[in-house]
Amino acid sequence: MSGHATPEEIRKETRIYLMVFAGLAVLTAVTVAVSYLHLSIGMAVLVALFIASIKGFLVAGYFMHLLSEKKLIYGVLMLTVFFFAVLLWGPWHHHYDTFGR
Amino acid sequence: MDAHAHAAHGHGELEIPFNVHPRPDTGLYNAKLGIWLFLASEVMLFGALFSSLILLRTGVENWPHGWKLLNVPLATLNTFVLISSSVTVVLAWASLRLGDLRKGKIYLALTLLCALIFMVVKAFEYGSKFSHHIHPSTDNFYAIYFTMTGLHGLHVLGGMVVFAYFLGPGAKMWQTEPARFTNRIEVCGLYWHFVDLVWIFLFPTLYLL
Repeated sequence: MSGHATPEEIRKETRIYLMVFAGLAVLTAVTVAVSYLHLSIGMAVLVALFIASIKGFLVAGYFMHLLSEKKLIYGVLMLTVFFFAVLLWGPWHHHYDTFGR
Repeated sequence: MDAHAHAAHGHGELEIPFNVHPRPDTGLYNAKLGIWLFLASEVMLFGALFSSLILLRTGVENWPHGWKLLNVPLATLNTFVLISSSVTVVLAWASLRLGDLRKGKIYLALTLLCALIFMVVKAFEYGSKFSHHIHPSTDNFYAIYFTMTGLHGLHVLGGMVVFAYFLGPGAKMWQTEPARFTNRIEVCGLYWHFVDLVWIFLFPTLYLL
């Protein structure tokens, strides 16, 4: 986000931050409420991660202003996402490893 | 090397280039690129632990439900506290961009207060577990719970030290270099939002599933 924004633009951003905060608070309440439904584990994981992803998008997109960031940051993050995916793929791969079973 | 790099500061120190204005090639001031590279390494650190959690969880027939063993209301309270601190730190940055140091410091102080509340609540949670003789060595669930929340707590503690510095001696920079000080708050805010982001995923995966 530019450091050369006008005061009016900054005040407009501030209003957006407050709306994002309200959204995060509501989504937190929703994710806790859903947990009391005691869904099947597969469905519970899906719903919890879906809501957490929306919250993550709000924090990264607006508070960390990734929605209007420079290309170099996107490049760094794409590389990060790739290696993060590799990390998560490890246990997934293990799940289908039948060696010794 | 940029001419600024060689320019002598008032005290004969080497001036660090591009700490206020963006580098023409990256479009970013250096500290901002620096914090994003650091956060990328942090994603890998926490990513390895999330990977371990998945491995432990899928490796056994019966993994305990977090909501049966952990205190969900306290963790929910902490989630609200942490998202509140995320908004106060971004409001501190916005206030400084508007030239209002007093308001910026109030928001920074509120951020520090939220971080303190988070740690106190966490201490109650841990204390309750320890009083029931539950430790990281109790089982795999508690091992990964204490490791992940403990590492996250250390990050909160680190953020508190930085906020305390910028509320105290670090704020002197505002008198001579307000734009640089504002950038510093943006950078530590980015770190703080990342700490919030990690909790957003830790909370459901450990407490609610």
